[in-house]
Amino acid sequence: MALKNALESDKFTITAEIGPLKGTDTSEILEVAELLKGKVDGVNVTDQQSAVMRLGSLATCVLLVKKGLDPIFQMTCRDRNRIALQSDLLNAHVLGIKNVLAITGDFPTLGDHIEAMDVYDLDSVQLVWTIKRMNDGYDLAGNQLHGNTNLFIGAVVTPTTDTEVALELQLIKMEKKINAGARFFQTQAVYDVDAFAKFMKRAEKFAFPVLAGIIPLKSVGMARYMNKNVAGVFVPENLIDEMAKAKDKTVKGLEIAARLINELKDLCQGVHIMAIGWEKKVPVIIEAAGLENMA
Amino acid sequence: MLRSEQKPFEEILGYLEGENKVFILGCGGCAQSSKTGGLPQVLEIKERLEQSGRTVTGYSVIDFLCQKALVGSRLRPLEAKVMEADSLLVLTCGVGVQSAAAMVRKPVHPGCNTISLGGSRGEWQGSERCLECGDCLLHYTGGICPLTACSKGLMNGACGGASKGKCEVSPEKPCGWELIYERLKSVEKLDQLKKFIPPKAWNKMRPRPEMLSTSLWALEQRD
Repeated sequence: MALKNALESDKFTITAEIGPLKGTDTSEILEVAELLKGKVDGVNVTDQQSAVMRLGSLATCVLLVKKGLDPIFQMTCRDRNRIALQSDLLNAHVLGIKNVLAITGDFPTLGDHIEAMDVYDLDSVQLVWTIKRMNDGYDLAGNQLHGNTNLFIGAVVTPTTDTEVALELQLIKMEKKINAGARFFQTQAVYDVDAFAKFMKRAEKFAFPVLAGIIPLKSVGMARYMNKNVAGVFVPENLIDEMAKAKDKTVKGLEIAARLINELKDLCQGVHIMAIGWEKKVPVIIEAAGLENMA
Repeated sequence: MLRSEQKPFEEILGYLEGENKVFILGCGGCAQSSKTGGLPQVLEIKERLEQSGRTVTGYSVIDFLCQKALVGSRLRPLEAKVMEADSLLVLTCGVGVQSAAAMVRKPVHPGCNTISLGGSRGEWQGSERCLECGDCLLHYTGGICPLTACSKGLMNGACGGASKGKCEVSPEKPCGWELIYERLKSVEKLDQLKKFIPPKAWNKMRPRPEMLSTSLWALEQRD
């Protein structure tokens, strides 16, 4: 089912994610697309993820449209000013893309072109607002469009934080994004179900669908690395222990992911699986979570 | 030297919505040279505010409002008048507004926009930085500039990248938005965080032709 229909039908929605590689070889993307077909409701394509230069989100989304998938065009504010962002929104519409996810974007110094100029002409809330305006038929300068966009607007939120202030700031920003036009949310990876439940209790009043982020663990090292370096990701010690004791880390990582999905199922409208290199295993996770054939 | 110009009076009145008592701060440094925050301008604004029905609890023109220590020592004798006010209206550059906000636990409103001179000015600044953006946002952010305190210069809230209150981009720095949150909380103005700041007119950050090749001396000698 297409993402918008899935979310509007109150069905438990599944989205996955593809991170294009550095270069023009698209064989893996096409292979993954084939595997995800019929299993997920939408596929995010990251936009120069971690500020590392790669094949673009827009072109990759078009490849997915051709494969019959419903891509979610991720757009960061890091690399383009408002002229380029608006133009790419028109491009996306013309090329058959239905969904956009507006994000701030990692700072260039976190990526592989640390000397790059950072743009941030707009911030993520302003980008959401811009997309809404273009859906309404106007650009940021107030000019009328010859044919408006019709994009389903998504945004992100970090549900688990290490300080109360950070959580308050996330909730305030979530509300601002909704007021600006966001209609669905995808979250940073969730491992602590209780913390997520606490967040949802506060976010429920907004009444817009939230897809909880799932990143399957590959190793103890990966869990520790994320705890140390990835903001908003907290893998509890008991999960790390479980990974450490497992003979087959891959099987265990997938099992934990499936279990998390089941634990989150009653708390939110769906999950967003970010497999980070394990895209081909996404159907296995979905099957293990007992959600097969739901898409 | 930082060059400023006064915000439209209607914009200032908008900031003061729901407030009756205000204390006015001017600066005998750059704002006086810019003719935006010297004694004559402070008195003029005082009169206009009184005409609009506001009570001005007091005013002070401090030489170099950018120097926080000076702000503290000069305002101490006026403490009763300052604390009686609902807020401070600060007629200076963005640095002065931030200094005042850091020293006084009251909401602050910028009365001026700091306009670009297109380069460094040789002053010795503290942690309060002004980008001379030409459209001051300090009213909305508790007197802490989001363009300089947030590494990404985000105008509508935190990016979510902070770890234990530290910035994702520069881990030695506190998250600017967490600072803004704490400041607004301390002056009971957290509602400000929900206001949407529309896309910024970055063209105002470019120096106007007449601002190039100027110096404090040249500005003082003009007209």
